[in-house]
Amino acid sequence: MNRDRILLAHGGGGSLTRELITRMFLPRFENPVLQPLDDSAVLVMDGTGYAFTTDSYVVKPCFFPGGDIGKLAVCGTINDLAMQGAQPLWLSLGFILEEGLLLADLQKIVQSIGETARATGTEIVTGDTKVVERGKCEGLYINTAGIGKVVAPNRWGAASVRPGDVVLLNGTLGDHGIAVLSQREGIGFSTSVVSDCAPLWPLVKTIVETGAEIHAMRDLTRGGLAAAACDIAEAAGAGISLEEAALPVGREVRGACDLLGLDPLTIANEGKCLVFCPEEHAARVLAAMKTHPLGKEARLIGRVQPGPKGLALLRTTIGGERILDMPTGEELPRIC
Amino acid sequence: MKTLVHVIAELAGQMKRDVRFMEVCGTHTMVAFRTGLVQLLPPNVKLISGPGCPVCVTDTNYIDAAIDLCRRPGVVVATFGDLLRVPGSESSLERERAAGAQVRIVYSPMDAVLLAQQSPGRHVVFLGVGFETTAPTVAWSIQAAHRDGLNNFSVLCAHKTMPGAMEALLKDHAVRIDGFLCPGHVSVITGAAMYRFICDRYRIPCVVTGFEAWDILKGIALLLRQRLDCRAEVEVEYSRSVTEQGNTAAQRLLHEVFEPCDASWRGLGTIPQSGLAIRPKYAHFDTARTFGIQFNQADVAPGCLCGDVLRGVLTPPECRLFGRACSPAHPVGPCMVSSEGACAAWYKYEKRAAA
Amino acid sequence: MCLAVPARIVELNGNRATISVEGALRDVDVSLVEEPRLGDYILVHAGFAIHKWDRSEVEELEAIRAATDLREVPA
Repeated sequence: MNRDRILLAHGGGGSLTRELITRMFLPRFENPVLQPLDDSAVLVMDGTGYAFTTDSYVVKPCFFPGGDIGKLAVCGTINDLAMQGAQPLWLSLGFILEEGLLLADLQKIVQSIGETARATGTEIVTGDTKVVERGKCEGLYINTAGIGKVVAPNRWGAASVRPGDVVLLNGTLGDHGIAVLSQREGIGFSTSVVSDCAPLWPLVKTIVETGAEIHAMRDLTRGGLAAAACDIAEAAGAGISLEEAALPVGREVRGACDLLGLDPLTIANEGKCLVFCPEEHAARVLAAMKTHPLGKEARLIGRVQPGPKGLALLRTTIGGERILDMPTGEELPRIC
Repeated sequence: MKTLVHVIAELAGQMKRDVRFMEVCGTHTMVAFRTGLVQLLPPNVKLISGPGCPVCVTDTNYIDAAIDLCRRPGVVVATFGDLLRVPGSESSLERERAAGAQVRIVYSPMDAVLLAQQSPGRHVVFLGVGFETTAPTVAWSIQAAHRDGLNNFSVLCAHKTMPGAMEALLKDHAVRIDGFLCPGHVSVITGAAMYRFICDRYRIPCVVTGFEAWDILKGIALLLRQRLDCRAEVEVEYSRSVTEQGNTAAQRLLHEVFEPCDASWRGLGTIPQSGLAIRPKYAHFDTARTFGIQFNQADVAPGCLCGDVLRGVLTPPECRLFGRACSPAHPVGPCMVSSEGACAAWYKYEKRAAA
Repeated sequence: MCLAVPARIVELNGNRATISVEGALRDVDVSLVEEPRLGDYILVHAGFAIHKWDRSEVEELEAIRAATDLREVPA
């Protein structure tokens, strides 16, 4: 079998992405800051923790219900910082523009970036612009890198997750992925689902201010809840058990998934996160989350257990159990 | 739901030995594993997966032919998503796409016809796989292309029909089958009466079953009841969608466009009259004819036991490649890559047992 | 095999219909079912309606799902 090329699935946030990172990248860049593979790297300078992260945005189409690639580029990076308990401070912004891109479209995207950054008190402090020939990128690609100041009192990360912790989720699954898919040509379905793209820092700040002990947070992006749960289970060396009955999926998202043969647990989100904390702190955290618009639907969805190590399990609505597997990376509409 | 589980336990308690019920529909395999309902069954009731996944029973040489076509300039291969990652002898459509070939995922065969209408300079080949549920949609699409006078659309046809395969399984004494959960959506088209010969000739009960977990459990309960009563009848559990006679308009359409032919099923060999071929009237929509495709010898990757899994002889973990050389990210055989293949279902939902 | 999903006809135009699966809309071909009407529930597979349901059959499915699904689905 010819295995010498990158496949679309390598970018899906699933098992192939993970393989690429662990087999090709990590061995060449090995260092203790990178090793945890959390959402951001945490660097300590003069006794203060700073989170540092980068992300690239290649979403197609650039404009979708609920947002655009610009808003996504700011939120995605802010969220990676927030997941380390860091207040986002500064962003870099790199554009790769396609020859022929309408200036009016670029203007809208830039406006979106400005608005989103301002709303969270984050400053764009440096940037770069390149242009490639028509056809070499679809409209535009954006890379952002972000620096935030860690305000959480303890180190958040998968390594801190322990058996006995509970798993909280702030809201409905699959909204972003379905919103984007509905705009893509060739899939041919429409829906009023709107992307949940949002900066999570204000919600995370509310959680930090409760003083509750938090062990980890992880935002759900490509690969959905399944990828995030599998990642944490593996990194924590513990088992994660989730209750299917507790998972909130909007009616329309479920309809779209049923129509296309997709699993809502593997569909991308851009404004949702998991919170891992000791059970005795859960009530306090949930109460705080519910006071914030991004946490209105917050609920407890599962628990961390000693085993099976490295696996995420789902207790189904009929009382059975199944393993939540890492999605391979490209969700395809099926007939079978 | 709890009552149904108790009913099954109570009926199973009266059985003198293990019973093995086979489902022959990939969607049944998937639902059974996705909901974990297999765990709710008593230990003496075994639900085995048969050759119900049309992707899994498609020979490697079909994929090889599709790959050969997608490499030709001016050809676009349009396919259901299910086939994208299936390994051929050396490559897959996914890998060909990565290398620059024109491979398009479509949701409906009519999307392929539309694509042909919109791309007059290119020839669209639609990969026609699927059973009696899907074949009428392809038949309709061929007729639509015919009405529109399209000359840049054709179907590489590998459609198959169930009854021959079910009979072949019964004649193959490698696996004992005590009852069939019959495929619900195939039966919407064909009607439930199609299975009567199994009851009459082989004394095996058949229950046409729907796709909620509840439906499958009910189907199992009905099969147990039939075994205890020593009956062998066709019962319809999925009565909200399935009738005795089926969808006669769809059946007429099938008859107009396709004719029965012998077909090669991975793992089962050639089964007479179990495939569908495009009739001569529509020969110009038959890719194999218009492109002169010769299917090469059907090869199986070394060590691949998909055939045995498809017949219900082996469970996936009993294949040496399972979870090692063969996984969803790197599948060797179609049972692992198809979203409904038994191996993919086991891997996703039961990996722990093999770990 | 055969993922087929129950859907409601929300627009009808000859042989083409717009169907809704809990608000997700798609255009499908209804040539294979008899006399489809606006508001009818149909079973959709690969972009085609393959069966038309009557009200009692829809209710049966809803009852099965309600009986086995403890999920809270926000509106």
